[in-house]
Amino acid sequence: MLSLTLIILPVICGLMVLAFKSDIAKYVALAAAVAELAVVLVAFSGFATNADVQYAFSMPWMPEWGITFSLGMDGISMMLVFLAAILMPSIILSAFNNEKKFPAVFYALMLLMQSGLMGVFLAQDGFLFYFFWEIALIPIYFLASIWGSERKIPVTTKFFIYTIFGSLFMLLSILYLYLHTGDTPSAAISDLYRAGRSLGHLEQTYVFLGLFAAFAIKMPLFPFHTWQPDTYTEAPTPATMLLSGIMLKMGVYGLIRWLLPVVPWAVNEWTPIIIVLSVIGVIYGSIIAIRQRDIKRLVAYSSFAHVGLMGAAIFSLEIEGLQGAIIQMVAHGINVVGLFHAVQIIRTRVGRTLDISDLGGITQSSPSLTVYFMLVLLGSVALPLTNGFPGEFLMLKGVFMYNPILGVVAGLTIILGAVYMLRLFQSTMFGPKTEATQNFAKLTFSEGMAFFPLASLVLLMGFFPNIFLSITEPAAKALLTDVVSAVSNSLTLKP
Amino acid sequence: MDNNISLALLIPLLPLLGFVINGIGFGKLPKALAGTIGTLTVFGSFLITLVLFGGVVAGGETISSVKAYDWITITDTLNITFEYRIDSLSIIMMLLVTGVGTLIHLYSFGYMSHDKGMGKFFAFLNLFIFSMLILVMGSDYVTMFIGWEGVGLCSFLLIGFWNQNRAYNAAAQKAFVMNRIGDLGFLAAIFLMYNAFGTSSISEISEQLGTNFKSGDPQIFWITLCLFIGAMGKSAQVPLYTWLPDAMAGPTPVSALIHAATMVTAGIYMVVRSNVLFSLAPDTLHIIAWVGCITAVLGASIGLFQNDIKKVLAYSTVSQLGFMFMALGVAAYSTGMFHVLTHAFFKALLFLGAGSVIHAMSDEQDIRKMGGLWKKLPITFWTFLIGTIAISGIPPFAGFFSKDEILANLYTHDKTIWILAMVASFMTSFYMFRLLFLTFFGSFRGTEEQKHHLHESPLTMTLPLMLLAVLSMVGGFMGLPAVFSEHHMLADFLGKAAGVVHGEHLDHNTEFMLMGISVAIAVVGLIIAFVRYGGGKNVPVSDEQMTNPITKVVYNKYYVDELYNLIIVKPLHILGDISMLVIEYLVIDLVVNGIALTSRVVGLGLRKSQTGSIGFYMYAMVIGIILFLAYFTMASNLSL
Repeated sequence: MLSLTLIILPVICGLMVLAFKSDIAKYVALAAAVAELAVVLVAFSGFATNADVQYAFSMPWMPEWGITFSLGMDGISMMLVFLAAILMPSIILSAFNNEKKFPAVFYALMLLMQSGLMGVFLAQDGFLFYFFWEIALIPIYFLASIWGSERKIPVTTKFFIYTIFGSLFMLLSILYLYLHTGDTPSAAISDLYRAGRSLGHLEQTYVFLGLFAAFAIKMPLFPFHTWQPDTYTEAPTPATMLLSGIMLKMGVYGLIRWLLPVVPWAVNEWTPIIIVLSVIGVIYGSIIAIRQRDIKRLVAYSSFAHVGLMGAAIFSLEIEGLQGAIIQMVAHGINVVGLFHAVQIIRTRVGRTLDISDLGGITQSSPSLTVYFMLVLLGSVALPLTNGFPGEFLMLKGVFMYNPILGVVAGLTIILGAVYMLRLFQSTMFGPKTEATQNFAKLTFSEGMAFFPLASLVLLMGFFPNIFLSITEPAAKALLTDVVSAVSNSLTLKP
Repeated sequence: MDNNISLALLIPLLPLLGFVINGIGFGKLPKALAGTIGTLTVFGSFLITLVLFGGVVAGGETISSVKAYDWITITDTLNITFEYRIDSLSIIMMLLVTGVGTLIHLYSFGYMSHDKGMGKFFAFLNLFIFSMLILVMGSDYVTMFIGWEGVGLCSFLLIGFWNQNRAYNAAAQKAFVMNRIGDLGFLAAIFLMYNAFGTSSISEISEQLGTNFKSGDPQIFWITLCLFIGAMGKSAQVPLYTWLPDAMAGPTPVSALIHAATMVTAGIYMVVRSNVLFSLAPDTLHIIAWVGCITAVLGASIGLFQNDIKKVLAYSTVSQLGFMFMALGVAAYSTGMFHVLTHAFFKALLFLGAGSVIHAMSDEQDIRKMGGLWKKLPITFWTFLIGTIAISGIPPFAGFFSKDEILANLYTHDKTIWILAMVASFMTSFYMFRLLFLTFFGSFRGTEEQKHHLHESPLTMTLPLMLLAVLSMVGGFMGLPAVFSEHHMLADFLGKAAGVVHGEHLDHNTEFMLMGISVAIAVVGLIIAFVRYGGGKNVPVSDEQMTNPITKVVYNKYYVDELYNLIIVKPLHILGDISMLVIEYLVIDLVVNGIALTSRVVGLGLRKSQTGSIGFYMYAMVIGIILFLAYFTMASNLSL
């Protein structure tokens, strides 16, 4: 029931929000997000540190076809559910200060989005997964196309063509697997795993490519990323936070849960190409970020660079890489939402211009913004004792174990990341005040409150990463052991 | 000892507490209170360290460690603990960090009293002490790395402390980024350690080393080389040294604490800490010796013509760090540490003295505009003189003993390096006395207003000067050469509990001869400086009037910054722009838009609403549902 609550609660609250007057809607939405977080914290505290799927819920959906509405979470899902819940209050708070049309609809869509995301992370059935995967897309589409900036229409179109393109292939792959589950077809995750592993080499490759297309576009991995900087830049910032903070983790999560264990033979074969592409993405995203003048676009490229490392780490098939990628999903979510929040705060005060050279000296007006900004920034450059370090350390170790040279090349991110992040920080916060930042107002209460949980988590996860690592370890180990043994089994099958 | 060992947890915690209080209270706490909190927390750590020091002295060969908690764990794979290791090496560094740290906090009380950011300044200084203590106390390379990166952050924050100045910010960023180049080396070394030993714990590694690895093992070579790359970044060795002179943008107490006495010596500490590893890698040691040598000579030569009082000292630091690495390169680890300590005393003294001068000169740093200050700033002058004698290697002050020990070790191992080190040593003596003469002798060359304002600094500033001057005078006696004493106190102490190897002994005649040569060289440097600049004559010309091409090249630091800009920064930017324009906008987008266009043409029939995207979306959804249903029909047919 708890799992079901996580999905239904935001939907009900979302509908309720619609009934409220514009100026109250946001408070209702915030209350809903906090309630959802409370449920997740209950789940988190009661979570047993083993590899089992917990809080399982199942009811028939299309019984004649073997499709069930089956939910549940192991440690990995727990972590992502936690992420989707912990970020939501901050994202909603970050929207408080901006005048917008149809605010009730805006907040309702955000809650619907959360419901879809929860579904993706909880689904234990292939079609249910696909269902939530598409459901999550609808609210973000409207958020981006109604409340985005001038170029929103071409940009959202591009975004949609990309994602739909990927999803269709994913659907085909799931269908294919489903049809190979035996005489009584079933879409249960374990049955799909079994089906995938029974496939021959070529079939596995097709299924692999279909699934990979969806996940690689959603993350996005190089070179499937060109929708991302534009969409992140043109979407309203709260939507960008949803996209970068939570939604891209659907892709990463997909790789872990719905790709590696499904077609291990193909995974093993494609590993070198994907790791290399991912590492290229890390460097490529970083050097482009260095040259960005628009601060929102800069953060967008930095996010792209960070995600590349997650891809490489997962495909290293090392426990360090996998654990690192999982904890980094949470850390990255927190940091990127924090960074976009800072961008949003700057934008509301200085108007449209987000050109780096028009800004400066903000710390003189708003020291608290500087401190919060600094904290999430340190997290994102992976300074030890911030949330970014455990993940980045473990991920780089995983890639390094796969191949030391690739490990060092991927490691360049710690240098390049410092270059663009410090540039972003210094050119906005430091230096003399500019015309645009002359009368920069202090943080409002809601802006500060949005930062507070993020900044606290930067430190909590940095000082005590084991709280989080221990939740995911049994599940990650079980998954990886399974995958590795399946890979070696499939290798013996090889002609 | 065992009863007190848990006190060690408090040592880094106190400055952290100071940071939190001063950080949160910034703007609310009165300046004096912020300074008091900042200074007392570090002083408290110093006192606790003293207690532990007593324990280490009494405790013989034991290594104590105290664990706070498990930090990053993957069961059966890796476990990085937050654990402190207290042995003779770390305790010496802890004494240095908290001791000199306390003096510099005290000094900052006076120096920063007019600055409205004083609370913030103390917060950052405390954070630095915290990080530096984690660095020296960490019992695992990853724990050490926390401090390693932490001090880099503090360095960044403090170099750019006056953050309205874009040039200072650029210097801060340069320091952080260059350090991170080294940090990548450090990280790679950690990963290599896991490959070789399956752990990054310092004690577990040294246990395995004795049995499983021989000298010249390629794994050890790569590990030590990567560690040394880390050390090059932090300790400003060629080619990663250019950030340190720029780091002088920070307030002068920062230069004294971070960029002279403590942080920049972290690289030396790390090598000494890993001396068992390095001793198995003769090739790495050879590289270290040469890098140190080149750095020592290059740094000293640039120092010859600098006219900014802090820049001279900065290049001097670069050069002296090179001396320390030369010692490490010939496996004279305790000698390297000896120079770390004496250098900390006299270089902190010199920087604080320079700060006192700058304070009196209303923030003027150009020695061409000083002169004759000795009458107005007597305490500063006398202490600065002591520091100058100490660094130049004139007995019996501290620098003589440690530098002489380095030179003696070089002499036995590699005569070429020894000769180059003598050249650097000569230049050191020359540029230091040049600085002294131009600053304190002759007649005053500044403005009337500056002259009117000249004053000796308050007691909070002069007291640390005097204490450091005493240490610079007597600090050398902790390591008397073998000709004078049977016991080398420092080497014995370090060898006892930390396993730090001491260099070999020479026969007494050679040792006396080497001493004679090095003192002679220092004195010659002094004399030449006196002949040329004594009494404040031959003041260097202004930048525009500089005609001698060699002087100009050296004065402009051999244009190394410009070179780096040309071969690294520019190409990186061009690469970024090309990626952006060519790949991002042209290639990938062209492909994608091509696909998009095709789909749109196909979807045109279904599209009725004015926003094409919705139409396309619906279209795609419909296809999805059709496929979905089609397969279900097939599936159910199959199963029926």
